[in-house]
Parts: sequence; structure tokens; C-alpha cells
Amino acid sequence: MSSVEIEIDGKAYPAEAGEMLIEVTDRNGIYIPRFCYHEKLSVAANCRMCLIEVERAPKPLPACATPVTNGMKVHTRSEIAVEAQKGTMEFLLINHPLDCPVCDQGGECPLQDQALGYGKDNSRFMERKRSVPSDDIGPLIATEMTRCIHCTRCVRFGDEVAGVMEMGAPGRGEHVRISTFLDSTIDSEVSGNMIDLCPVGALTSKPFRFAARSWELTDHQSISPHDCLGSNMRIQTLRNRVERVVPKENPDINECWLADRDRFSYQAIHSEKRLTRPMIQRQGTWQEVDWETALTHAVDGLRAIIDQGKADRIGGLAQAASSLEEFHLFQKLIRALGSESVDYRLQQNDFRDDDIAPLFPASELPIRDFGTRSSVLLIGSNIRKEQPLLSLRIRQGWREGKTAVSAINPMDFDLNFACTVSEIAPGTAMLGRTAALAKAIADLSGTNVPAEISALSDGCDLALLAKQLVDADQEGLIVLGAFAQQHPDASLLKALSSWIAETTGNRLAILAPGNSAGGALANCLPGTNGLNKQAMLDSGMAGFVLLGCQPELDCLDGYAGVKTLENADFVVQLTAFKPETHDRHVDVALPICSFAETAGTHVNCEGKIQTARAAIESVGESKPAWKILRVLGNFLNLEGFGQITLSDVTQEVLEAMDSDTAPNCRPSEFRWHSPVSSAPAGLGSIAYMPMYRGDPLVRNALALQSAADNPGPLASLHPETLKKHSLKDGDWAEIGNGNVSSRLRVIKEPRMPRDCVLIPAGYEETVNARAPGALRIARAEQEIP
Amino acid sequence: MSIQKNRELIADRFGSLKHSSGVCLPALDQKEPWTLEAYRKNGGYQALEKVLGGELDPAGIIEVLKISNIRGRGGAGFPVGVKWSFMPRQSDDQKYVVCNSDEGEPGTCKDRDIMRLNPHALVEGMTLGGYVMGASVGYNYIRGEFHEPYSAMEQAVKEARETGLLGKNILGSGFDFELHNHLGSGAYICGEETALLNSLEGRKGEPRFKPPFPAVFGLYGKPTTINNTESFASVPTILRGNGKWMDGQWFRGLGVENSGGVKIFSVTGHVNKPGNYEVKMGTPFRELLQMAGGVWKNRELKAVIPGGSSVPVMPAEAVLASNMDYTSLQENGSALGAGSVIIMDETTDMVNVLERISKFYYEESCGQCTPCREGTGWLYRIIRRINRGRGTFEDLDTLLDVANRIEGRTICALGDAAAWPVQSFLKHFRHEFEAKIESIQSDAA
Repeated sequence: MSSVEIEIDGKAYPAEAGEMLIEVTDRNGIYIPRFCYHEKLSVAANCRMCLIEVERAPKPLPACATPVTNGMKVHTRSEIAVEAQKGTMEFLLINHPLDCPVCDQGGECPLQDQALGYGKDNSRFMERKRSVPSDDIGPLIATEMTRCIHCTRCVRFGDEVAGVMEMGAPGRGEHVRISTFLDSTIDSEVSGNMIDLCPVGALTSKPFRFAARSWELTDHQSISPHDCLGSNMRIQTLRNRVERVVPKENPDINECWLADRDRFSYQAIHSEKRLTRPMIQRQGTWQEVDWETALTHAVDGLRAIIDQGKADRIGGLAQAASSLEEFHLFQKLIRALGSESVDYRLQQNDFRDDDIAPLFPASELPIRDFGTRSSVLLIGSNIRKEQPLLSLRIRQGWREGKTAVSAINPMDFDLNFACTVSEIAPGTAMLGRTAALAKAIADLSGTNVPAEISALSDGCDLALLAKQLVDADQEGLIVLGAFAQQHPDASLLKALSSWIAETTGNRLAILAPGNSAGGALANCLPGTNGLNKQAMLDSGMAGFVLLGCQPELDCLDGYAGVKTLENADFVVQLTAFKPETHDRHVDVALPICSFAETAGTHVNCEGKIQTARAAIESVGESKPAWKILRVLGNFLNLEGFGQITLSDVTQEVLEAMDSDTAPNCRPSEFRWHSPVSSAPAGLGSIAYMPMYRGDPLVRNALALQSAADNPGPLASLHPETLKKHSLKDGDWAEIGNGNVSSRLRVIKEPRMPRDCVLIPAGYEETVNARAPGALRIARAEQEIP
Repeated sequence: MSIQKNRELIADRFGSLKHSSGVCLPALDQKEPWTLEAYRKNGGYQALEKVLGGELDPAGIIEVLKISNIRGRGGAGFPVGVKWSFMPRQSDDQKYVVCNSDEGEPGTCKDRDIMRLNPHALVEGMTLGGYVMGASVGYNYIRGEFHEPYSAMEQAVKEARETGLLGKNILGSGFDFELHNHLGSGAYICGEETALLNSLEGRKGEPRFKPPFPAVFGLYGKPTTINNTESFASVPTILRGNGKWMDGQWFRGLGVENSGGVKIFSVTGHVNKPGNYEVKMGTPFRELLQMAGGVWKNRELKAVIPGGSSVPVMPAEAVLASNMDYTSLQENGSALGAGSVIIMDETTDMVNVLERISKFYYEESCGQCTPCREGTGWLYRIIRRINRGRGTFEDLDTLLDVANRIEGRTICALGDAAAWPVQSFLKHFRHEFEAKIESIQSDAA
């Protein structure tokens, strides 16, 4: 690219040869109207709104598709340009309905805004206007296709950015209809971005429909609670209600996107299931009480345990989406009670490397560089559903031909890029395959391979993949996803991937849910004498304090959670939602504020610390969790709970935190031990957390619960495996370890490896199916009535 | 069988062929001119043999084409030799030759007869194109309704392949060229070259924004030369040069300044002998009309659309003063286009004609860009209203304004094609539109 100079409206501007005119005008703040052009999408040049005059061109040219050349003279406001723009506007408006007063886009509508500048106050169009049927395309996006101006931004977004072409433009001429194909729904996990992209009211937010006019809303900057990026977003409120959440552009983090999980989970804030008053369970019945009673009850219960000398048998489990301050006071409370058993890693099962673990689960690679790698290796990661926005960045690099992506995964996930090498290695095979890769890398680079690695290797030939990683060197990235972190031998997988990263020069990223980095930095982790989450669930506790979590649903081994809670003497739950059947072991439920009602600090996978402010006041009598924890400390006469404001807490935790938050995710030493996992004799089980079941907030977000990524309590099997067990797609089956079982519907899933069952966590129905022990499956006659 | 007899036979079987100069349409001395045998008898494939034998290199062929002054026969009239010279011929990248046989312009039926009656001229022309461009694959995109021409082309390709004129190592020269016929699905817009490329690729037939041009980013993103059927089919004869090998002067001399060679004119409408006439460029319109038997029913000529429905209409006096070549028709207010001459007699209702033409563009707009998608329907509806007696005088201004706002504002030329008839009909026959509006208004009064 060479530098050129062009003249726009009589002024000279520097530009790069070949870049589009609109990029130059945008950079220099020169306004050119547009609808189809979007900097993150390919150029379509179909709306013809950005027509401008270029000297010596015979006709007006679209600024979005006109490459600049040296000496080019451009007029953006000349008679030719403005007449062309007005002409386009007239055409756009002839068939556009005049329903702005009832259109959700009104007030934030590029068509409305530009019609003011380029349209006329009356129309010459005397014919009948076009009307277009609006399909139901799912629970998240409302359609009003008569308003569509066919800019194809949504089509291009799906095709280019999201990687699933769910929208298309079938038909011809006036009859072109932007629609899904064959009446299917929009199922992408980032579909909400189409709402932002749509320049008219054709695609609007369904949950937000008719809730407010855009100009009535108040904006509050916030941080996404569910992804590890700390996506920037704006919470929009009206009369103390969250009405909508939209992304806030941050080129280093979420660009201009937001995943549906963070965009629509706000619905839970005002859900009917919201706990608005404290509740106490006595003899199996729940009753609402005042705060004083509830707190006294909670304190009495905890004190009873302490009085029995079982203070160290009090366990604390926190939700990974909690804020840094909540994590801090929570672990402080548990420790002050006399226990060191506190954990937030609800979906992790192997903690053998806790003493040598890095400071926090992190990405050694800045988020903005995820799309520029030459190699990405996913180990146990369905990154598209775990961290949707990082997946978009990887897809971008892959689409541009920069990135070769490979995977060692338990099943053939439907990713939004194609894998160069895709190793399907369920269960213990993931360990053996990763070790084989380490060995292949050692062979290729002439490094000595530790005998322990050789012993773990399953002997697969992974020379091709090894070459991809070795060639990439510093330009390579290894991602450890949810399936690696929840693996029974996660510590070995972490050691192996660290060893591979060290040997190849690749960077490593451990992508954990929500504010996991904050949890680790706030030391919401077991002390040397404490128990980790797994040990707590396995060995049982006298009492529990739960911060925003429901262990039966939030842990992959919910069965252990049920048993442990059942046997606990006393359980205090800080929760935003009313107790449900699976909360039957809870004694006191204390209503906490959601992320929108309280300020809080989040640390993302880069170690970046971001603070969100409260957007609305507390719902009902709920209180910010940090205040409840502080008051519990006060009621229990514990030291160190004198904080008055949240910033006192923030300051306290930041001071207590290790000052070095530079992301590093390698253990301090390589430690090899024998694996606990072994190849199952019969049927293997893959547990996973569906993206819209991962915490109470998403579970109570109504629209998300109707979305495709909430599959329901279904067991998925390969068609051949189904046949082997005399099952058909849609049959009911009894799945369990022989002692306990769940009755689930089975569905065929060709992406599954053979002889494995995929069982989603996050549903009460599947708890028993995830109980430990050899898995059995048998056809059952029908659903339990 | 006498030539006369055979001519009658062919004329009977393929009534549309009325006059051939033996360039793109076959000389009528063969019983079955579409066969390889017949084509060879008239010098077919000699040019290819000579070229592959090393008598002329690609640059030389381009030079001959430039001298011959042949301009693209699809409608835009871009010089073929110049277009061929744009290709990065030396590049090792895959390149393509594509023939546009998606003949959809209302009034045009010439490519159909080339493919039915003289398919080998196209095979040879495209193979020569492939040789010049260094392309090993060619696609012939045939209009969806052209089943018979498609069969004829398939037969010709089969014959050529079987005799070593297509495929690997053609005539032992080491040059490989494979030719595929592809039947479209019935969309006028796929005759636009970049929409055609999209359609060939299996995408929706929507024109691409240019630049980049096909010579840089064409089929599957590779350098591609795309020409009309008649252009390709002319190439072998131009190279043969009527016995004077590789001499473009002969072909050039057939035509006039700026318009080399001969051209097929599809004469349709109110004439006694509608059909294809391959005549010299620069033939006076009067002569062509005479060849076509004159206006039918002894009526007077009212107007002519000389180049297919998208070019401006010409009143009788203007067209009668014109010759059938690029310059003359342009000077008289229209264009040669694809050479589709639509004759209208004195009884023709011009509002009705424009309604029909506008309906066509309204139906065939791809809908991709705003002015054409919204404007073509608007034009059609206004004209229909006027024609049904519900028009107003303001409508005429709106009509012209809408046409002006489409023209030059769209991705491809379909917008222009929809606007030009409206502009020219209003220019020359505004009184007929006004009369319709007035008559109804007086009725109402």
C-alpha cells in the first residue's frame, strides 16, 4: 500500500491507495450517509445511499466501493452527490411503512435520521405500498419485514462474522425477502448483533418489544457477567427497570459485538422467579420473613455448627459470575468463620495442581490478537459456545487465511471455522492424544520428552499437527476449554499443554467462565487446610454458604452436590431467585442483587480490571451481596467487616491482591502423576454445561430458555450407538449407574463419538444420569407421568 | 441438393435464419450445417489448426482482432481485441474463458441460431480464446429456456472432443482446453456478465460491483474473459480472413469506420419476414427493412427499437435516416445494442409498448440495489395507470424523474436499461401519453 493524497470537498487528505473512500471520510469525520456499509462487514454497495461525486467519473459513485487513487477529487455535498442521495432516499421510502410511532427502532433509526436530511415531507408515490410477511425466527429477534430496506447487513453478518448463514435474500426484484431459509429459526449464539446491525426496524429485540422508546432509556456502562472477556456493554433502563442491554464498542475486547447470553440474560432481573424478600424453610415449607429474622436465623444456624466445633466443616461455594468484591468478602467470611474450604470453580473436578497453579486462569495472548494467529489449537473446547466472541475473532483469522485451527476435542463440535486437524478424543483419550501431540512435538523439535509424557501418549501419529504448532512458534495459540478444565485429569492436561506451549513457543490460554480470574485473584480458593469444591462435595460438610449458586445444577457432578447438601446441617444461600425444588436443602435464602443492581469489579482473562456501576436500584428487598456478607460478618461479631461503601471493599481487595496481574497460565513446575481417568468399559459419558444453563441468571432469562442453545434435558448419542442399544431417535431411556438413574429422551447426534452419551448439566432431570459409576442405558417405555 | 433447395429446407426447419454472410451463421450450402463435417467443409477449425501449429502467437491473434475492428456483440460494443489484451495472460494462475449465451434481451434471437446452426464456430472461437488467454477451461452459459441450442452445443462439444479438437493436448499441440455448456435457470439478469459469473459459481445471480473487473477477479475470483456468443463465433472467420490468413483487414473492410465486419440483426415486430439477418455493418436501415419484406400489412413505419428493448426508441424518420452501425445509430439518438431490431407500425400504441417493456424490467430486476429494485416497479405502475386511463399530467414528470434517478445510480446496467426506454418514449411520443390522460379526463368531464 502506498500513500496517496486525495481532495475531499476542496481539502487535501492523506490516504492509502486502494482503501475505500468511505474509510477516509469516516476517519476524518466527513459525514456520508449509508445503510449497507458497515466496517466489520464486506462491501455490498447495494443501498446506493453513499453516492458521491468524483471528478471525471461519468456518474455518482458509491463511497463504500470506490477505491481512492492519487489526486482523486471528491465532492460529498455537491449538487450531483446530494441529488443522488436524495434520489436513493426517495426510493427507500416509497415502500417503507410510515409506522415510526409504533416502531421500536424509532429514535435510533438510521433511516429515520437520514430521511430527515435527505427525504421530503411528502411523497410522490401514489401506488400501493408493498407489504411483506414477517416470520417468527425465534425467541430473540422480532421481525417486521415490511420495514426492511434489503441492505443485507444481517445476511452478511451471518455468512461472514457468525459463520452460519441463517439469513438470506431469496426472491428477485421487489420480491426479494430477507428471511431465514425454509422457515427455520435464527439459532446463532451471537444473533442479537443482527438487531444492532439492522438500520431499520425490520429486526428488533423481541424481549424489548414495545417496552420503551429509545429516547426514554438511560444508559449505564457495564461489564458482561458471563464471558471471560469482560465485554463492555450498556444497560438501558427506564423507571428502575432494565429494558435492554446492548454492546458498547471496545476494539480491544468485544469490538462492537455482544453474545446473546450477555445481551438477553437481563430478563432474569425482573423475572417472576426473582427473590424479593428473604425466605426461611421450616419443616419443608418456605416462608417469607423480614431481613432481621432471616439474618438471625442464618447466623444462628452457622453458630450452631461452630458451637459443635465443626467450624472447619463449613464450606463456601460461589458462582463464577460474582464480582471481585463479592468473592473477596465471601472468602473472608468463610475464613473468619474458621474454615478454609471456599471455592468458585464449580465445573472443575481435578484440583491436584492447586499448589503450583498460576495466579488466575488467563490468556497469555491479548484478546485483540486472537484473530491474528497462524495456528490455534483447541484442547477440549467448544469455544463457539463457551466464549462466543473469542470464537468470532478466531474465525476472522481463519477466514482471512491467516489461521490454521486444529482441535483435540471429545466430540466433533459444530465450530464456526473448519479444523485442519480434528482429533476426536472423548474421556481419557483426550489425555492420551494430547500426550501423543507433546511427543510428536518433541520428536519434531529434537527435545527430550519426559518419560511420563511418553507413558501417557496413546501413540497416535500427530506429526502434521505437531508441525502446525512448531512452525507457528510465537504466532501459535493453545486454548484449554471447558472440556479440558472439567476433565478428571485436568491437572495433567494443563501440565501437558504448558509443556507443549513451552516447547513450541506458543501462547497458552485457559478460558474459564465469567469472572473466574477475579475469583482467583480475590483468593476465593481453598487454603492449605481447606477443601476444594470436589472434596467438599465428596466428603460432605456440616454447613454451606452458597453465593449465587445452585450446586446441583451448576456443578457437572450435581449428584454429589445433592447428596452433600442433603447431609449438611445448615445451608445459607445468597441468591437472586426464589427457591426451587432443587433448593430443598437450603435453610435460608437471602435475596441478593443482580449484576445490574450493584456495582462490581470484574477481571478478564487478560487481567484487565473493569468496574461496572449499578444501573437500577435493588429489586424488592434484595441487597447487594457484599452488604449481606458484611452484615453476616457483623452479626457474627467477626473482625474486618467494617466497610462502609463498596469502594472500601474494592480498595481492600485490590490491596490484598497480588500486584502482578500479568497473565500467565502455566503451573510453576511440571508435575506428572498417574491419571485417574481410564477408558470406560461400557458407555462413556460426556457431561457439559449448555450455554444458557450455566448459572441462575441465564436459567431464569425467559427468551434464552426458548433458544436453541437450551437443548433441554436430552441425552445425545451417535446414531450407531443408539442402534447398538436398540434405541431410536426420540425414545425415552433410563440412564444411570445402576443405583440411580434419570429418564431422558435420547436424540441422535452424528457429531458424537461412538459409545458415548452426551448429558447436559444445568437440569434437575439429568442429575442422576451424571452420578459417578459405570454408565448404563436402557430403553424406557415412556416419560414418567 | 441445390443450395437453393437446402436454403429452403433450413429456412423451413429454422425459420428464423433469413440471411447469412457465413461468419457466425452458417453458409447455406450444407445439408446439416451444425455437424463437424459440414463446418470443416467450409474451413472450420483451420484457424485453430494454424494457430496451434504455431503460425500465430496469442499476441498476434489479439493484434488481428484489434485490426478487424470487431466490437463486443453482446450490447456494450467494447472492442474484443482490447478486452482480450486486459487478461494477465502470462500469469500461471488458473484463468477462465466464459461465453455469455444467456440471450435474454427482448427482441434478440441471434445467439440461439448460432448455437443451433453453427455450434462449432463457437467451440472453435472459445478454444482460440482459451489459447490466447492461457485458460484451460471454458464455460458456455446458455439461457435457461434454450434446450435445443443446449443440445446442439452438447453435440458439437462431444464431436470436437472425440476428434481431439477439445480436451487434452489438442491436435498434438500440448494445449489443453475443456469446454462446458451450462444451462441457466431463466433469469434475465444472469446475462449481466458478473451476475452470470455468480450464477456459474452457484451463487445468487446478482451483479457484482465493478471494479474489480472480471479480467482481474472473475469466475471463482480468477482472471476471466467473458464475451458474447457472436463475438466468440466470429473469431475463427476473422482469423481465416477469407483466404488471406490472419488478416484482420478483410473483416474490417466488410464494415464501416468504428464498426468492423458483419453483424446479425434480429428483425422482429411488424415486418413481413421476421428473422435473423447477418449483414454488413453500416447497412442502411431501409435496406435491412426491405430484406425483411418491409412493414407488414402495407402499413407505415412508426418507430423502431434498433438494439433490443433497453436502447432508446427511434421515430420512423430518425431510423430511416440511419445505417446499422454503432456511430450512425448513436448519432440518430439510439444505440446498436445487441442488434435486435423491433419494428413498430403506425397502429402501435406506444404507451402499451412501454408498459410491456417496463413490466419486463420490473420483473427481471434482481432487487439487489435500491434504485432498480424500488424504481422499476414504480415506473411500471405509473405507466400501467396511465395506460388504464388513471394517469395525470404530473405522472409524466414523475415518470421522467424516477427514470433519471435510476439511470447511472445502480450496480449494473439493468437500471439504465429500464430508464432509457421511458426517457426515449416520453421524448418522442409524449403526445400519446398525454392523449391517454386527456381522453380519460374528458370522458370523466
